[in-house]
Amino acid sequence: MLSCKHIMTMDDLTPEDIVTILDTADSFKEVNERRIKKLPTLRGRTVVNLFLEPSTRTRTSFEIAAKRLSADGLNFTASASATVKGESLRDTAATLSAMACDLVVVRHKYAGAPQMLAECMDAHIVNGGDGVNQHPTQALLDLFTMREKLGHLEGLTVGIVGDICHSRVAGSLVPALRKVGARPIIIAPKMLMPARPDILGAEVAYSLDEVLPELDVAYMLRVQFERAAQMPFPSNREYARFYGMNAARLGSAKPGMIVMHPGPMNRGVEISSEVADSPRSHVLDQVNAGVAVRMAVMYLLLGGADSGAAA
Amino acid sequence: MGYRVKAEVMDASAIDRALTRIAHEILESNKGADNIALAGILTRGAFVAQRLAERIKRIEGADVPVGSIDISFYRDDLATRINPEVHRTDIPFDVEGRDVILVDDVLYTGRTIRAAMDAIMDYGRPCSVQLAVLVDRGHRELPIRADYVGKNVPTSRRERVKVTVVEHDDADSAVILEQTEGDV
Repeated sequence: MLSCKHIMTMDDLTPEDIVTILDTADSFKEVNERRIKKLPTLRGRTVVNLFLEPSTRTRTSFEIAAKRLSADGLNFTASASATVKGESLRDTAATLSAMACDLVVVRHKYAGAPQMLAECMDAHIVNGGDGVNQHPTQALLDLFTMREKLGHLEGLTVGIVGDICHSRVAGSLVPALRKVGARPIIIAPKMLMPARPDILGAEVAYSLDEVLPELDVAYMLRVQFERAAQMPFPSNREYARFYGMNAARLGSAKPGMIVMHPGPMNRGVEISSEVADSPRSHVLDQVNAGVAVRMAVMYLLLGGADSGAAA
Repeated sequence: MGYRVKAEVMDASAIDRALTRIAHEILESNKGADNIALAGILTRGAFVAQRLAERIKRIEGADVPVGSIDISFYRDDLATRINPEVHRTDIPFDVEGRDVILVDDVLYTGRTIRAAMDAIMDYGRPCSVQLAVLVDRGHRELPIRADYVGKNVPTSRRERVKVTVVEHDDADSAVILEQTEGDV
């Protein structure tokens, strides 16, 4: 059981909750390796994926997770829902409430959308990414992957490199790492740092090469060109030269350092193809962990006494 | 609610003898160890299964595959409670066509066994599913019975039966616990 009803930001979760989720996800990972990847666990529960911003991996990951737990899943996308007719988020929430949904996964371009849904719905809310704020299940699957590959989380030095100022991934990963006793360092050029980098709670560095030898994990963020008002640096080549992960940088890192990326990758910008396809990169392991972690989140939120309509 | 020990129904040597007998019975009714596999239900059933495999090895000289099942995801009472600690199910053999013997410490309502059977079926279609338990305490709520029983113990629903194993607890024993006076 978790201590919270919703997972909107990493603040909702205690360190014990995080460990519970990761341990439960480990059992679900075994299920995902079976021939029949289906459990009867959430039969009769309804999970809605309310994705009002484009997404492939997060939406499909939640969708597969719900299906493998035998929950009934509905997908709302911005283009295929009444939001294009001008329906407000509050009215969409009321509509979903009237259909007695048990859990709503929401992705929205504005920070705080999950909190607003939680206020006007009885269902459990899971944040699938809100604006540039948070993306907690991404941080959880990242922790899962780090723990699986490196054996522990406490004391790990994790460099989060790149587009910090547009990154909800960093917004969740930094507090998540702090909760489990790891040491996050955010590394970016000034143009891609938030105005007040210190409030994130991580150490701040402006040179990747300076801190590289200390890192156990190099977490490369996607440069979110679509969110930037203007090109944030002179050229992709220049960015790759100073902040991209490539074979030469791997050579000067700790031999056991792993490379992660939340996807989708800009190959040749924040990560070279050579690194992305090397055994040091765990991008696909992250995707794989995502399904198990989301199954764990749904199971832990929807199982138990006080989770709405009892069977 | 407090509990105290009412009676010890099996001590270490009784458990030892029961396991030896069950191992013989399993081999007898399956005509050897060739097609059998053991699947212990976590937590204590897994240790009992391991021990049965050792007995079978001693008697027949055959290595019988042993797995363990966590039934948390198959429970029928998920709406009211969930298991706080879930473990990995580990079935290191091909279930298809096997004679799978489920192993648990105590058989009570039969609901756990129902869940374990569903779990096994998700791995394939076994030739047969059989059930071995250390203690059968009665009060079934489903049409389920054990093929191999260490000891039948009549109990009331207000009592509990607690099996301990040295691998997980500090000793081998099976005891009946009753509620202490004044508690309901």
